[in-house]
Amino acid sequence: MAKRAVFYLALIVFMLAAPFVFPVFKTQLATVWLMIIVALTWDMTGGQMGYNSLGNITFYGTGMYVAAVVTIALVYDVGEYTGSSGGGIYEFTDGQYFAGMFLGMLVAGLFCSLIAIVIGYITFGLRGPYFAIGTLGVAIAAGELVSNWEWVGGGQGIALPVYPGDLEDGKVLFYFLFAGTGVVLFLFLKWLYTTRFGAAINAIRDDEEKAEAMGIHTLQYKLATWAMAAFFVGIAGAISAFQLIHFEPLESAYQTINLGIFMVVCALLGGKGTLWGPVVGAILFHVFKEVTWNYLLGWQWVALGALIVATVVYFEGGVVGWLMERKPHWFNLPAKADEATGEDQP
Amino acid sequence: MSAIIEVDNVSKSFGGVVANTGISLSVERGTITGLIGPNGSGKTTLFNSIVGYHPIDSGSIFFEGREISTLPVQKIARLGLLRTFQQTRIYGQMTGVDNMLISLPHRKMGFADAFGRNGPEEYERAEALLEFVGLYQKRFLRAGSLSFGQQKLLEFAMALMNEPTSLLLDEPTAGINPTLINGLIDRLQRANAEFGITLFVIEHNMRVIMNMADHIYCLAHGQLLAQGSPADIQSDQRVIDAYLGAH
Repeated sequence: MAKRAVFYLALIVFMLAAPFVFPVFKTQLATVWLMIIVALTWDMTGGQMGYNSLGNITFYGTGMYVAAVVTIALVYDVGEYTGSSGGGIYEFTDGQYFAGMFLGMLVAGLFCSLIAIVIGYITFGLRGPYFAIGTLGVAIAAGELVSNWEWVGGGQGIALPVYPGDLEDGKVLFYFLFAGTGVVLFLFLKWLYTTRFGAAINAIRDDEEKAEAMGIHTLQYKLATWAMAAFFVGIAGAISAFQLIHFEPLESAYQTINLGIFMVVCALLGGKGTLWGPVVGAILFHVFKEVTWNYLLGWQWVALGALIVATVVYFEGGVVGWLMERKPHWFNLPAKADEATGEDQP
Repeated sequence: MSAIIEVDNVSKSFGGVVANTGISLSVERGTITGLIGPNGSGKTTLFNSIVGYHPIDSGSIFFEGREISTLPVQKIARLGLLRTFQQTRIYGQMTGVDNMLISLPHRKMGFADAFGRNGPEEYERAEALLEFVGLYQKRFLRAGSLSFGQQKLLEFAMALMNEPTSLLLDEPTAGINPTLINGLIDRLQRANAEFGITLFVIEHNMRVIMNMADHIYCLAHGQLLAQGSPADIQSDQRVIDAYLGAH
């Protein structure tokens, strides 16, 4: 128990000190937290409930746009602002900037929950690979729709005001916004997975037909799970919008082939269906990605592909799944040898 | 005595294959009722129709006087009409106890209850029922590592955990070690007598069903061939012919 407390304390200290100890890597560290958030939320449906979504990026992009629109609409007319394509002069006071940011984060989260319920109502009729493809289609369609919607800037995207004050301080703020959201999400999931709710979504993963036959409200559980995931992804998107300052629909908001896939790889690499897996996977993945992007430029996608193949083929349970098998006592699990071969007893 | 399950003139076909034609039967409350018939006679199809697994072509099905033929599986299960599967279905990745706890009756649960944890009462009940089916020693093993027969017992215990009023069992003794069958018959009878659960049982093992059932229906070629007490069925020439393939 004491060991565990020391472990958590060390993590918290590292989390708080990291942006000051490694000042050059502030934005990189913030991105690690973003990866942790999207991997953990992906795992809620993908790992814990057995629904592999390729469309969670929809909530990230939508979160960005909702936060931006909220911030602008508090002060200016949105159509006029985006229509000027950066040509007009629009000032935001500090108060307007921060009010927009925090209200934007909240509204983005809630709005994404709402659209998760609407999309989920349609797509949760699909099972297995059909659900994955269906949600991917939703994400691509959302990106295309937004990029043709002139009111929110169309294909050019939206430029938000820059952080008022020292930009280095801004980077620290964004780091702590991501880190705070990530920690809240982690603690929320740590609790959620021990409740009956967690057991019910695990039951849906293991055998949905059986869960139905036992009278579990399967659709409600699926919608609620996705809505919770979308809430946190929407908030992460909102923070990203302010961090990036300018974003456009296809490459940065609804980036299906980048972040949309990376979140799945993070969860698989770390071990899907476990609490720590997505966290470990997100950290390893981001380090791997940055190293290959720096030192193997030109081959980075090949290296990434090789990593995915190696994970899927040799590490089916991911890093944490592999550890659970080797060191079950770290996770309070019964050792493998304790499992009987299962012969009948009268 | 009154009928708890009433099947009225139910027909079901899959494309050109007619599985059930005009079947009418009723299961009396508090009894053990058997459903027998040669392979392919439409027993499992009838079960699936009753629990709402697929829509029926015509006819109606009543549970406690309520029309249920258009309700989805989950709703029927929450009314207290539960089924077990011929190909046993349990949650393989979870332990026996967790399998039991997830089977708590959801009809009694509000949405807020989902965010609670199970207390000592629920654990005690889960362990008592595992003891009842003889799986207490294996309660913390991964359910997927149990033998097929043990998984069947676990599935039966899970059904009891759900506190159904009526339970449809699809071949409860198939694949079970013969030395365990007597124990299983005893448990089914006790579930019926002590917990007051009406049982409707598909069974191929004649010794089991003749020992246990109060009333038996026999299907052949998707139609109701005969019904009556075990003694009537055993001496019914049509039933014997159906099993021997006379028509």
